[in-house]
Amino acid sequence: MNMASSKYLLQKCPTGITGFDRIADGGLPAGRSTLICGSAGSGKSLFGIEFLAHGIESFQEPGVFVSFEERAEDIIANVASIGLALDEMVAAGQLKLLSIDIETHSLHEAGEYDLEPLFIRISAAIKAVRARRIVLDAVENLFSAFEDQAILRAEFKRLLSWIKTQGLTAVITTEKGDEQHLTRRGVEEYLADCVVLLDLRVTDQVATRMLRITKYRGSGHGADEYPFLIDDTGIVCMPINQYSLDYPVSNRIFSSGISKLDQMLGGGIYYGSTLLVSGGSGSGKSTVAGQFVDSACARGEKTLYLALEESPGQIMRNLRSLNIDLQQWVDRGVLSFVANRPSVYGLEMQMAVLMRQVRLFEPALVVIDPITALHIDSSSLTVKRMLQRMIDQLKSRGITMLFTTLTWSSEEIGETTPSSISSLMDAWIQLRSMESSGERSRGLYVIKSRGARNSNQIREFLITSGGIFLKDVMLNGAGDVVTGSQRYLMQVRQAQAHKDRQATEEQQRLELESRHQTMQARVAALMAEFEAEKQSLERKWQLESLQSSENEMLIHQVSERRSTGVSDGD
Amino acid sequence: MVTEHENEQDDTLVPCCWKLRLYVIGQSPRSILAIRNLREICEKHLDARYEIEVIDLLVDPQLAEGDEIIAVPTLVRHLPVPVRKVVGDLSDTDKVLVGLQLQFRE
Repeated sequence: MNMASSKYLLQKCPTGITGFDRIADGGLPAGRSTLICGSAGSGKSLFGIEFLAHGIESFQEPGVFVSFEERAEDIIANVASIGLALDEMVAAGQLKLLSIDIETHSLHEAGEYDLEPLFIRISAAIKAVRARRIVLDAVENLFSAFEDQAILRAEFKRLLSWIKTQGLTAVITTEKGDEQHLTRRGVEEYLADCVVLLDLRVTDQVATRMLRITKYRGSGHGADEYPFLIDDTGIVCMPINQYSLDYPVSNRIFSSGISKLDQMLGGGIYYGSTLLVSGGSGSGKSTVAGQFVDSACARGEKTLYLALEESPGQIMRNLRSLNIDLQQWVDRGVLSFVANRPSVYGLEMQMAVLMRQVRLFEPALVVIDPITALHIDSSSLTVKRMLQRMIDQLKSRGITMLFTTLTWSSEEIGETTPSSISSLMDAWIQLRSMESSGERSRGLYVIKSRGARNSNQIREFLITSGGIFLKDVMLNGAGDVVTGSQRYLMQVRQAQAHKDRQATEEQQRLELESRHQTMQARVAALMAEFEAEKQSLERKWQLESLQSSENEMLIHQVSERRSTGVSDGD
Repeated sequence: MVTEHENEQDDTLVPCCWKLRLYVIGQSPRSILAIRNLREICEKHLDARYEIEVIDLLVDPQLAEGDEIIAVPTLVRHLPVPVRKVVGDLSDTDKVLVGLQLQFRE
């Protein structure tokens, strides 16, 4: 929204009205005129008054308020409730309230005239306070007083030009006319450099206020319709679509406080991220949220809890039966509840109330329980848009968010929540009740967890007096998760099987042992036999060799005797 | 300025004394024209006694607040009541008469 050359940058006159200066990229065009157009009760006069009051209080610019409709006392009284002490400003010589009473019924035109006396009065007022800002409120009354529009147009133009030469920034308010011309006489819009439309609409018995800049010569501006509200601080605009996706990210883990859940989420969710907990009725969503909040508060993280269905008292009472005490955090000022049925306010108002609380309380965690309660009065698209804006705003503040939502029937619907807001969520946990063998048990699984590898298994969990307890996953032979008494049964079977295995093993070992021994005995016997054979053979060889050597000797002896002629028998 | 005082009667149908105040700014042609026109109209069409007061806002600007004057010239009929205002240089006689209720539109 920056102009190309700074030389030609239009000077802006900040209004000081919450959120508006952002929409108008700095404020209204300085030294020029802005037309505020709207139906009765849309907040035009208040806009003008705030423009002057903030000008005096925050920017040291005195101002003049010229009303063609109300008397000075009434103007002062009207804004006293939003904390603007106009009478003090008047007394201090910073503000001048001029009320011009126009009696239309007794005014006749006969000939040429001009509005010089009006100029004189306004000029005197401007000089008296050395005004830099001026508001002309409800000029339609001025226009309707006179029949001759040509004169009026000329004079009005003259007035605005004169104000411009004085260097004042002017705000002109008028009632909205028919669609084509914005104003009843269709005059003013062509004379103003900037035109802002205020609208008060009532849909389904709920009133919503919208603001739109339809023209802004020489400046960029948000061209959308922006919701705003009027609370006890005045006009509050919500330039929610201004937020880009560029917000600071954190690497710190925001622990859930439920053991093993962080693990399932791949370590846990990060600070400033959004977590959705969905599930059917009675599946334990509020309990999960409660424990989440409890652990956050215990760490000293301020939490803002928006309760849309149950009263805070009820929520806390239900959690107390599980030994989760949230009251202590409320007492310590770490936890704050905002409890409103959404039908009380329009959706935008609801969000505005919440954002105001966020500004005042500065929480680290915001819980909305349940967001399904917001669907009752509005279309899904509206809800999604609103949530998106709110999430953007909260993320830019680094606030972590937890939402609970009701999903109807666990199996059939699958993973779609009513307004498909899942795309806005960084992490999503589904609570499911699982039925098998006539029993229901609670299961929990992670549908998504951005930025982390997460477990995709369904884990059974119990809601005990110590909070939520996640059990380890157990699968049966078919690969299905078993829970409840099935699980118990399976555990028993497994134990039995283990025991059986052990017994069998033992037996087999003994058998082996005995076989070993038998074998050893046999081997020993064979060895002995072999030894015996060996020995006998060896003896035999010995004997034979002895015999043969004896024989040899005998033969040798005989042969010797023979050779020597000695004979034995002569 | 022509000034005449008469006893006021309670008869609203036949007004006895008229009090007219003409606001102008300075001696502009329009101002002078208005004054002249007013005198003529009063002479020609007013049977009763009348009193014309000319107020120059250049001299006394604060007097504009009393009668809530925002245009000039403005003729204010203070008497007879109710107060009626006619703006312009009064060159359109018919309109002036209607404005002063001396003549009624049919």
